[in-house]
Amino acid sequence: MFQVRIHGRGGQGVVTGAEMLSIAAFLGGRHAQAVPSFGSERTGAPVVAFCRIDDKEIRLREPVMAPDALLIQDPTLLHQVDVFQGLRPDGYILINTNRSFEELGLGEFVAGFRAERLATVPATELALKHVGRPVPNVPLLGGFAAISGLISLDAVIAAIGEKFAGKVADGNIAAATAAYEMVRGATREVTHA
Amino acid sequence: MLKQTEGSHAVAEAVALCRPEVICAYPISPQTHIVEALGEMVKGGDLARCEFINVESEFAAMSVAIGASAAGARTYTATASQGLLFMAEAVYNAAGLGLPIVMTDANRAIGAPINIWNDHSDALSMRDSGWIQLFAETNQEALDLHIIAFRLAEELSLPVMVCMDGFILTHAYERVDMPAQAQVDRYLPAYEPRQVLDPRDPVSIGAMVGPEAFSEVRYLAHAKQLQALDRIPVLAAEFAAIFGRESGGLVHPYRTEDAETIVVAMGSVMGTIKDVVDEMRAGGAAIGALGICSYRPAPLAAIRAAVEGAKRVVVVEKSLAVGLGGILATDVRMAMSGLHLHGYTVIAGLGGRPILKSSLHRLFERAGRDDLEHVTFLDLNWDVVNRVLDRERAVRRSGSIAENVLRDVGVTSTPGV
Repeated sequence: MFQVRIHGRGGQGVVTGAEMLSIAAFLGGRHAQAVPSFGSERTGAPVVAFCRIDDKEIRLREPVMAPDALLIQDPTLLHQVDVFQGLRPDGYILINTNRSFEELGLGEFVAGFRAERLATVPATELALKHVGRPVPNVPLLGGFAAISGLISLDAVIAAIGEKFAGKVADGNIAAATAAYEMVRGATREVTHA
Repeated sequence: MLKQTEGSHAVAEAVALCRPEVICAYPISPQTHIVEALGEMVKGGDLARCEFINVESEFAAMSVAIGASAAGARTYTATASQGLLFMAEAVYNAAGLGLPIVMTDANRAIGAPINIWNDHSDALSMRDSGWIQLFAETNQEALDLHIIAFRLAEELSLPVMVCMDGFILTHAYERVDMPAQAQVDRYLPAYEPRQVLDPRDPVSIGAMVGPEAFSEVRYLAHAKQLQALDRIPVLAAEFAAIFGRESGGLVHPYRTEDAETIVVAMGSVMGTIKDVVDEMRAGGAAIGALGICSYRPAPLAAIRAAVEGAKRVVVVEKSLAVGLGGILATDVRMAMSGLHLHGYTVIAGLGGRPILKSSLHRLFERAGRDDLEHVTFLDLNWDVVNRVLDRERAVRRSGSIAENVLRDVGVTSTPGV
């Protein structure tokens, strides 16, 4: 079972992001379970959502304690919440930022992780450019498809089609595709370095 | 058709497939998404011949449901928590009048302290109301139980409450197999009321009954529930024949053959428990689990049959009979009477506290050594509890318990919801 934890703030589409990830995994033939961590629904408050992906029925109902992947929608959370809690040593980290892990002060922390499983992507900028709103959730899913290969970009695009329509869907598809390309380019550099 | 969707939405679609004629609802978290989706279907014309009535409160919701059902309409509503308590008088009336209303209870704790998260306190507060109460383990079972519920309710002329864990199921996206309209139509015939208010053939419903007949009317309510005990397995079998999967029934035994320890629970926590059972079985422990689907009627014989070969029974329940211990556990003890088994009650998951696999492992290992208290509060923070008790011993004006506990655990304000 592969477990993803998404950290963000109220208004950034954290819960929708987890739901769409589960839809993309489902479309890829997998079992998936997405649940929000319930409670605070205030704009700007820290929000967590979970997604589990497996080849068989998922029965477990506890929060994700030891994630295989972290999607961090808001880098300001790094100073507020222990977002890395329980992360497996071979885990994936994808952060919405235009800075690098070193610039975020995480260089030392991530030194023990596998470099090709770490990526940053300016998801908010991509969302502003393509969707016109600062909602980083969908471009991050594009980035996650690139970094993990667990879901395909096509599945992310199909999941977008299930949640959004018209211009919003088109914008999100463009943003997710751009993020996918950026992360794929960056991880290729790492693997060939 | 397989689809990945939210539990609430899956239930709304299943209810729509049952062709309800009246839906009356008042929003309360965590059931709101269900009635919102149904409201959209009615407004959008996808749910033909159905009237959606916005009411001013839960009391009104159940009152309108009673009127609609008495007039012969297939009637649905949904609620949770304080909403269920607010409609309590009408909940009893619906059952006492024998009206086959189907209601979803998206299980949530009851205040005070205010808490919007999941446990089973709301449903279990209505356990003696005369409603049939079915608990879903998964979103698939939640949607299936609604289809079964209409059939059962209308056959017996009794209301059915389908209980599904608030948030944990209602807000979870997972894979469900949504039946086709033709399958549901085959399973659920048109509603043929036993009693109906019809101006062309006037009758009265709701007579005052004095001491000369009240006991007989109440006994007949009990007899109806006993009939349900026979019908629930039959309807589950018919469901399996048409829909090709197991849903409903009285109980769900899991690896109970040759088990020395049997864990009894209701609702979605059964999934986590099954994972723990598999892991402990792999380590050689003789452990199994029993999910209770039909809480009312209480399937005493089925519980007894499932546990009688074991050495001990551990009831893990998301409810608390304050001053007694377990609520479900009390029923299970009744089913076990005369059997020489160890019985343990575990209160867990109150007000949304996650029930962790690691905690269950430790709990069941201790149970296997018969090293458990009769009543255990899973993952209770004893430091905080003792601090409050000490303070109360030391100071007269010790303050509000909820505020004191929040301060002691380091939470200063409750998030707005």
